[in-house]
This record gives sequence, structure tokens and C-alpha cells, in this order.
Amino acid sequence: MSLLALVLVPLAGALLAGLDPSRARRLAWLGSAATAHLLLLALAWGGALERSETLWLRFDPLGGLVLTLVSVVFLAVAASSVFYLRREVPRGGRAYEACLLGFLASASVVCLTDHFGALWVAMETTTLATAPLIYHPSDRRSIEAVWKYLLICSVGIALALLGTFLLALAQGTVPGSPDLLRSTILAAPRLDPVWFKAAFVFLFVGYGTKAGLAPMHTWLPDAHGEAPSPISALLSGALINLAFLAILRVVQVANAAGQERALAPVLIGFGLGSVLVATALLLRQRDYKRMLAYSSVEQMGVVSIGCGLGMAASYGALLHLLGSSLGKALLFLVAGNVLVAYRSKRIDDVSGLIERVPASGALLLAGFFLLAGAPPFPLFWSELAILRGAFLGGQPWVAAALVALQAVAFVGVGVRIVSMVQGAAPGGEVPRGRESLWLLLPPAGLLLVALLVGLVPAVQSVLLAAAATIGGTAP
Amino acid sequence: MTALLPLALLLLLAPLLPGVAARTVALATGRRGAPVLQLYRDLRRLWGKDLVYGAVTTGVFRVAPVVWVFGAVAAAAFVPLDGRSALARFPGDFLLFAGLLALGRFALTLAALDTGSSFEGMGASRELLIGGLAEPVLFLGFLTLSLATGGSSLSELFGTGVGDAWPRVGATLVMVALSLAMLLLAEASRGPIDDPATHLELTMIHEVMALDHSGPDLALLLYGGALRFALFGALLVQLVWPRGAMGDLAAAGRLAAGLVAVAALVGAVESSMARLRMIRIPQYLVSAGVLASLGALLLLR
Amino acid sequence: MIPLSEAVLVLVLLVNFAVLAASRLTFTIRATAIQGVLLGILPLTIGDPWSGKSLLLSGGTLALKAIVLPNVLLWAMREAAVRREVEPSLGPIASVGAGVLSVGLAQALSRNLPPLDAALPRLLVTASIATVLSGFIVLMTRRKAMTQVVGYLMLENGVYLFGLILAGRVPLLVELGVLLDLLVGVFIMGLVVFHMNRELESLDSARLSELRD
Repeated sequence: MSLLALVLVPLAGALLAGLDPSRARRLAWLGSAATAHLLLLALAWGGALERSETLWLRFDPLGGLVLTLVSVVFLAVAASSVFYLRREVPRGGRAYEACLLGFLASASVVCLTDHFGALWVAMETTTLATAPLIYHPSDRRSIEAVWKYLLICSVGIALALLGTFLLALAQGTVPGSPDLLRSTILAAPRLDPVWFKAAFVFLFVGYGTKAGLAPMHTWLPDAHGEAPSPISALLSGALINLAFLAILRVVQVANAAGQERALAPVLIGFGLGSVLVATALLLRQRDYKRMLAYSSVEQMGVVSIGCGLGMAASYGALLHLLGSSLGKALLFLVAGNVLVAYRSKRIDDVSGLIERVPASGALLLAGFFLLAGAPPFPLFWSELAILRGAFLGGQPWVAAALVALQAVAFVGVGVRIVSMVQGAAPGGEVPRGRESLWLLLPPAGLLLVALLVGLVPAVQSVLLAAAATIGGTAP
Repeated sequence: MTALLPLALLLLLAPLLPGVAARTVALATGRRGAPVLQLYRDLRRLWGKDLVYGAVTTGVFRVAPVVWVFGAVAAAAFVPLDGRSALARFPGDFLLFAGLLALGRFALTLAALDTGSSFEGMGASRELLIGGLAEPVLFLGFLTLSLATGGSSLSELFGTGVGDAWPRVGATLVMVALSLAMLLLAEASRGPIDDPATHLELTMIHEVMALDHSGPDLALLLYGGALRFALFGALLVQLVWPRGAMGDLAAAGRLAAGLVAVAALVGAVESSMARLRMIRIPQYLVSAGVLASLGALLLLR
Repeated sequence: MIPLSEAVLVLVLLVNFAVLAASRLTFTIRATAIQGVLLGILPLTIGDPWSGKSLLLSGGTLALKAIVLPNVLLWAMREAAVRREVEPSLGPIASVGAGVLSVGLAQALSRNLPPLDAALPRLLVTASIATVLSGFIVLMTRRKAMTQVVGYLMLENGVYLFGLILAGRVPLLVELGVLLDLLVGVFIMGLVVFHMNRELESLDSARLSELRD
């Protein structure tokens, strides 16, 4: 069996779900496709799936890592979609499951493809597949969110296309036909530095828009805040990582061509900017979903800084990517539970979670600790690795800035989350609810995976291998 | 003597052009229209009439039509009508060209103000608005051509230099030609800047200035207007259809044919567009300027 | 006189200015259609006009950019009963001035980049960057959502121009994928615009300001 199965299975599921009029059956297609995808990934890790020439699919540690993350988050999202769709009767109808599976298929292509052109097409497809999902509530605020999302991300992706062309040109000015196959470029890099610099700028800004790096992040709080909670979890836990993977592919090319010195300032600069902007705006948030969305911007910024610093910090960056995505997905799913229980998105309206919906309250706190970098969660080690990389690389001020900003963010988010969890439950309309298992299992599962990520040695070796491909070393 | 032939041809053909344009408009709108040679007949008829001057007018009013025609004829001396060289040339003569045309317009405007009539005053201010914006655009076009051909006199810009400039910097020349075409419509007071067939004073720009002139003065005014039309048309023809290796007679024929074609095109444009609102005219002229500067930008290599 | 490809590129630049200076929405949409026609002709003027790849690309571009996309936008406009004016926050003269600056910038950039293949018109890089910048200007200074889509289309046209430099060296699958993505993207945008009109009785995206910090 070839890697193409990872693309075809979700695609087939999307077609079947799109044509099926029964809601229950559609959810069944969704669930089975998601599970099948994860199983196929297990086979791929074992080396049982072979490369595919259509779409130029190859399995490498970095791509495999991100795809596994996406698949796990997707499974959790699919599971909680069951409950979400039971509650919400959307105006559109059938598109939800089909769009989700379409997203999964394109995500597989993004992670596995060797060809920068196919990478671009798949990335744009993920934008298009998720747009109807964000609009699912069909109200005024989600229209605004989806418009900003569609326009800003499409413009960003158009710039990334320009960057892709520039990348091809960067090799083409030397005789021989230019290629967009990453493996070919990596094997024999002959990049014209001027063209490559231009290519990198456009690719970074373009894909960075999708990844949520400041100042291109303006669509993110709206989209992640207004989308239905499972979709927010998908966006923060999976989509922005795909975009950053695209950036990392370019970093791989740069490292092979010896251009990494030129990229580091860009990565670190935009990363620090993102952390700064996110922290500043985080403190002003009164809507807890938007607060979580800004936290996603911050997490991307930290990952970018880590990749820019190189050496030990690359490992830390990848671990941070993994851990924070899982944590963010978990938090968004729990936020969905909170929304169901309290029917308000404002932080002020929510309190006494631990009394009314204790399991959700506990999960919320756990998720917060995960994000804050408390041991034994993986973010503890990742932060350490990044700081170590900063000091080893002779840029202690980056480490200092990072620590300071993250401390501020920790206090800001912490205060809000604690206020939501503790305190007296307002009013008496909603009695101590019976929390549906569908609402609790997915986030709990994500929490468990996050714990394992930090502790299981197999994951460590994969992370190290992936970090090596972007120029990192062991922490 | 043969050097004067193209100039004589231009002076002779000038009144034909408004006729061709009007005929084209009529045909395009489904009418038969006036004969093409009508303006010649009008000029002869007007020349035989009496002069009538308003009571408040001064010498300015009497002199203006002559200055108007003089400006146009003198400017024609600097245009390389035979495709190679003009009757008179010196580096930077395009400034004099523009200045002579401006002198004519200035005299006409003064005469219009001299009548003390409100309509003519309105026409004068409008005419100066257009003229004031058209002149810098003309200079932009000349400067771009100078950069493209490397010359500094009209004879080089529109004569000898153009032929070999086309394969080299064709895109720029296209831009300048478009800009000149837009200017032609403005300077000759044709549509969509100014409707020559309107009879409503409030919509007139150039015609209203001719309201108070009579007889031979009016004939001079009409002839001068036709001559300006022909001048810009000649510039356009020289730019778009360089002489190359043609003989003298062929070059003259080229000039005549080109002028008639330009007039027909003007008629076609006029029949397809309504007159622009006053507020759009500055935008129109700025667009012409943009085209010329675009041509200049494309030269940066 | 001048090579056909250069003439087409000059026309592309002129269409940019037409869109920047326009004040009526339908005109901007038709102008993008014209630009689509020009871009469809362009592959045939560069390199071998009769190769299957050129014909396919040219045909696909013509069908998409000149016919399908403008009609999608016009359909959305009709369904949503959009008002005709463009409602810019930057007036036409200032927009055109910005357009001139963008051409100047594009020209300067194209001089500083290393030279291309001799078979390609020198104007290609300039036209491409200028169109991208003009698309940006339209995107950022127009308040109506529909005009922002037009700006996005111009941006994509500019990127497409750049892609022509690689004509023949990018796999057909990728080029078709790009076109398909564009189609679906604009289609979805049209749908969103339609829904937007249903939800808020206007397409003025300046009114989309409820979500803010």
C-alpha cells in the first residue's frame, strides 16, 4: 500500500459523507475515516507504506510528526463534533463532515508531499475547506470572521505562490531546469542567493499569514474565536501547524544551501513580534475563546523563535509545537463545554466551573497548566530547550524577552482561568449538568497524549530526527 | 521650396479634419451628416461678412484671433512634418512649441474676458483649467520621448529618432502615443472633453469663447482651432507612422492620409462616449500624464 | 514594431490603472475580465505557441479568468443587489498616483534581480510586480467587499504573470491545481458576499467591525 492511502481514505470519506443525507451515517463516515487515518499513520511509522509518485509523497520524520499531530487532534475534533452537531442545527446542512474530511486529505498532502507546488495547492485547499466550517454558526459575527479569514489567508497564500515561483527561479538561473522537488533541491542545492532571499521573504510572509504570525495574524482571533469550538480546536491545533511546516520546509532548503544565517533574524524577529503582540492583546480580552486564540499566536511565535535560534532550540521548538497544539485543542474543546453550560463567551459571565461542571473545570485547569509549562507536561522541557538554545547561540536577550513576556502571559491567562474555575456559579438556571461523555473524552484523551509525548522515548527520538532535518542538535 | 510643401499641406488640410470627424460621428449615429468640406465653405462665407464688435471690447478683442492663428502657424514651423526635420529647429524647441500654443490660448482667453459676458468668463476659466493641466502632460510626453530617442528638439523627438526607437523601446512609444491622443482630444476641444456640436452655453468650453466674434474673426478662430487639431494630429502621425525610407511625395501622402485617419478616429471616439463631467476632466488629464510617465518608467533599464 | 508579448504586457499595466481609477463596480469586474483575456493570450506569445501545454494553459486561463470568474462576481453582485459605486477610501487620482509609484518600484526591483532567460520579454517581471502591488492597493483602499475580491484577483494575476517565467517547467498538475484553487476560492468568496448581504444589508466591509479588540 502506498502513502497515497493517507490522502485517498479521507477523500473517499468526504465524498461519501457529502452524498449521504443521514446525519448519523455522515458522522459514522467521519469517525471511521479519522480512525482509519490514524491507523494508516501507525503503519507509515513502521515503514509499511511506500512512496507515491502521484503528488510526490514521501514520509520523513518532520512531516510524519506534524501529520500525526494533525490526525490525533482531528480524531478528538471528530469525536466532539458528534455532540456539537447534535446540539446545533446548521442552516447549511451536509457540508460539515465533508469539509472536515477534505481538510484531512489536504493536510496529508501538505505534510507528505515533496513538491513545493503541490504543497501550495494543498495549503490553499485547507483554507477553502475550513472556510465553510468557520461559517457554520451562520450569524453576523461568523460572517465577519470568515470574510477576514478568507481574504487575508488567500492574499497570504497568493504571496506564498509568488515565493514558490521565486524559489524555482532561484535554481533556474543556473543552467538546468529548475525543480520544485524538495529532495532534489536538498541533494544538490545551487541557489542564487538574491533570488532565494526574495523567495524566502515571500514564502515566510505568505505561509506565516496562515500560521498566525504577527503582523499578519489579524484574522486569527476572529476566526478562532467565532468558529464552533471543535473547529477552533482544529484550527489552533492543526491548521496553523501545517502552515508552519511549510515554512520549515523552506528552512530545510536554506540549511542545505548554507543560507541559514540569513533566515535566523527573520524567524526570531517575527517570532518575538508575535509573542509581544499576542501578550499585549491577550491581557485585554474579555472573551475566553479570543483569549485562547491570542495564545495560539503566542505559541507560534515561540516556535518561530526556537527554529530561528537553531541548535538545541530547534528540538525545543518542535516539542513546543506538539505540546502547545495538543493543549490548545484540549482547551478549545473544553471551552466548547463551558459554552454549552453557560451560553456565554464572556469571561465575566463564567465562574464556578468546578461546582457546576467539575470535570470540565478540572480539564480547563489541567490544560492551563499544560500551556503554562508546568512539569511533567512537555512544554516545560521545550521552554528549557529553547532558552538553552538562546544562551548557546549567544543571544541571551532573546531568552530574557521570552521569559518576561511569557511570565506576563501566564499571569494574564491564569487570572482569567482561575476566575472562571473558582468562585460561585452565577444564577441558578443551569443545574449541575450531566456532562456528556462525548464532551469529556476527547479533551481528556488529548491531555493523556500530551503527557505521553513528554515521557515516551520513541517520541523523543522522532523529535530529534525531525529537529536534525532543520539544523537542530540534541538539547 | 519642397521644404515648404508639408507645411502648406498641413495648412491646407486643417479645415478638412473637423469635417471628417463630424462626418464620422454622423455616420456612426445613423445620419448622413454635413459634407466633409463644409468648413472650407463656412470659412469663405464668414470671410466675406462684416465685423461687429461689442461696445465694451478693447483692442485685445480685435487682436486676439490673429494671435490665435499666429501661435498655431508658428508652432507648426517646429514640427517635423516631412518626417525628418522641421522648418526651424534648435535644442529645446518643444518648449517654444508649447509656449506658442499657450500664447494663442492666452490671447483667446483675454478676449473672452474682454467681452464682459458671464458665459464667456465661464468658458475662459474652464479653458484655462484644461490648458493648465494639459501643458504639463504635454511636457511629460516630450520628456519621455526625449529619454527614449535621446533628442532634444521636436525634429529629433518626432522625426529622425523615432524610426529606430520603435524596435528598441516600443512599449514606451505606445504609452506616449496614447497620452498624445488623449491630449489631442483636450487641445482640439473635441469629445469627450468638449462637445463641438452642443448648443447649450453651459456645456460649452471652447465654443463659448467664439460666441462674440463675428465674420473674419470667427473664421480665424475656426481655422486656428482646426489647425491645432491638425498639429497634434501631425505629431501623432509622426510618432506612430515614422517616415523611414519613403520619398518626399510618399511622406507627404503619409501625412495627409494619417491626418484623415486621426480625424476619423477622433470622430469614432466622440460618437462612442458622452461628454465627461467637469469633475472628471482633471482625472482624464492626469491619466494622460500617468501614461506618459509610465512610458518613462519603462525606460529605466 | 514591438514584440507582441511586450504589447500585451503594456496592456496589462494599463488595465491595472483602469481598475485603480474606476468608480463603477461593474467596470472593475469587466476590466479584470479583459486582463484575464490578456493573460490567456500571453502564454501563446512566449515560446512555442503550438505546444499542447501552452494551449492548455492558455485555454484554461481564458476560460477561468476571462469568463468564469467575472461571471461569478457579476452573479453575486446581481443576487446581492449591490450598489454600483466603488466607495474607495483613496480617491481615483491618488490611487492612480499610487499605481505609478508601484510601477516605478516594480521597475527598480526588476533591475536589481538577476537577469532572466533571453526568450522572455524584459517587461514580464515589472508587469508582474506592478500588478501584485496594484492588487494590494485596491485590496487595502476599497471598502466594499466585492472590490476587495477584485483586488485579490489582480494580485493573483500578478502572481500568474510571474509564474509564466517558469512556463513549461512547472508540472501541469500544479498549474491546473492553482487554477482550480482560484476558481473554488472566488466561488466561496462570492457565496460569502451573498450571505454577507443577507446578514447585514450592506457589503461595506468597513461595517464589519464588530469583532475587534
